[in-house]
Amino acid sequence: MKPITLIGTGLAGYTLAREFRKLDAERPLVLITADDGAFYSKPMLSNALAQGRDPDTLVSADAEKMAADLNATVLTHARVERIDRARRVVVHARGEQAYGTLVLATGARPIRPPLQGDAADEALTVNNLDDYRRFRRRLDDKRKIAIIGPGLIGCEFANDLLETGHACDLIGPDAWPVSTLLPQPLGERLQAALAERGARWHLQDSVIAIDHADPGYRLRLQQGAPIEAELVLSAIGLRPDTRLAEAAGLSVRRGIVTDRLLRTSDPDIHALGDCAEAAGLVLPFVMPIMHAARALAKTLAGEPTEVHYPAMPVVIKTPACPLAVAPPPRDAGGEWRYESDDQGIAARHVGKDGKLLGFALCGDRVKQRMALTRELPPLL
Amino acid sequence: MKQYQCIVCGFVYDEEKGLPEEGIAPGTRWEDIPEDWECPDCGVSKADFEMIEIAATN
Repeated sequence: MKPITLIGTGLAGYTLAREFRKLDAERPLVLITADDGAFYSKPMLSNALAQGRDPDTLVSADAEKMAADLNATVLTHARVERIDRARRVVVHARGEQAYGTLVLATGARPIRPPLQGDAADEALTVNNLDDYRRFRRRLDDKRKIAIIGPGLIGCEFANDLLETGHACDLIGPDAWPVSTLLPQPLGERLQAALAERGARWHLQDSVIAIDHADPGYRLRLQQGAPIEAELVLSAIGLRPDTRLAEAAGLSVRRGIVTDRLLRTSDPDIHALGDCAEAAGLVLPFVMPIMHAARALAKTLAGEPTEVHYPAMPVVIKTPACPLAVAPPPRDAGGEWRYESDDQGIAARHVGKDGKLLGFALCGDRVKQRMALTRELPPLL
Repeated sequence: MKQYQCIVCGFVYDEEKGLPEEGIAPGTRWEDIPEDWECPDCGVSKADFEMIEIAATN
């Protein structure tokens, strides 16, 4: 039997393999990765400094151990060049790999802002363990860090850096931090909490250029005065990595388009995780991957199973101001209602019929997360 | 009592504290938590947790 072949050994690829092996111990499984194939905790990249952890301690198993545990072949350092659908073969840096069923778990790529300046290319992005190792090496004994993008990842990294004695400037066009997920009062509470720990905010502004300076860099802004920094981190967002799918002629919108069986426009090719757009939803978070992997594992084991998403609040790891948010669906109508005091804010997004459609909690109020989640309708 | 850490997201289950907001009383032993329980932060299954620390118990 031709193997199930997976491209990508991030959380989506390995979780799918693990769930599949719970159902089928025999069918050949091949995982192909461009990196070393180590399994690591990605969410912990943004709080490893404060926990005193070196990048290598985030690895729970190397590729060899994963291959043994999963009874699978893991092809490391084998970046995939293209998918040959006619021959049902994946062409990679080390050769060719046949597939019976192919799964794309190629993840997402950081969006890079178009910047001017002679150091524009030196802004670091962190979206995997290798990136993070590079970031920690470059961080070394540097103290002044500029973060472009005051979103979830930017704020988590800022909190981690501030906690460990660094100075942080955060720059972005948003009116408040994490504006794509948080309603304004909670964003402002986070802004104040990080400011109290020394963060300097440059909101409603943009970096237009990064130049070398001595020492480090000078960032030129659209509005404000230039910022000096020894290291620049760019965290303006992620875009599904659809390159292989597109080149293979699969249907792609924001992500690789799949139905609820996580099947792409080619029935022999599936996709899940940050690269996919399942039933119209691009959800680059951990919990949706768990649900998608369990459903797809069943489908691949012979029992076609549609993915169901319950309400899945996102936890933002900013200990200065703990946050949990379940954004209401787009165009949901209704309004935010707030209860707040010194200890935190509970915001409930209530629809016209009085039903809860979303929530956002900060500070002490994050304790209400479980209870409110139970009140929410499922996402899919 | 012991603590267990989720290998995916770092969430820590502390037996001493339990998870009262999920109906798991303080002092609930790890082995007494149902097998279908999932990490409240990321949805990983109980089997994918790892023990990180053993503290003295009375």
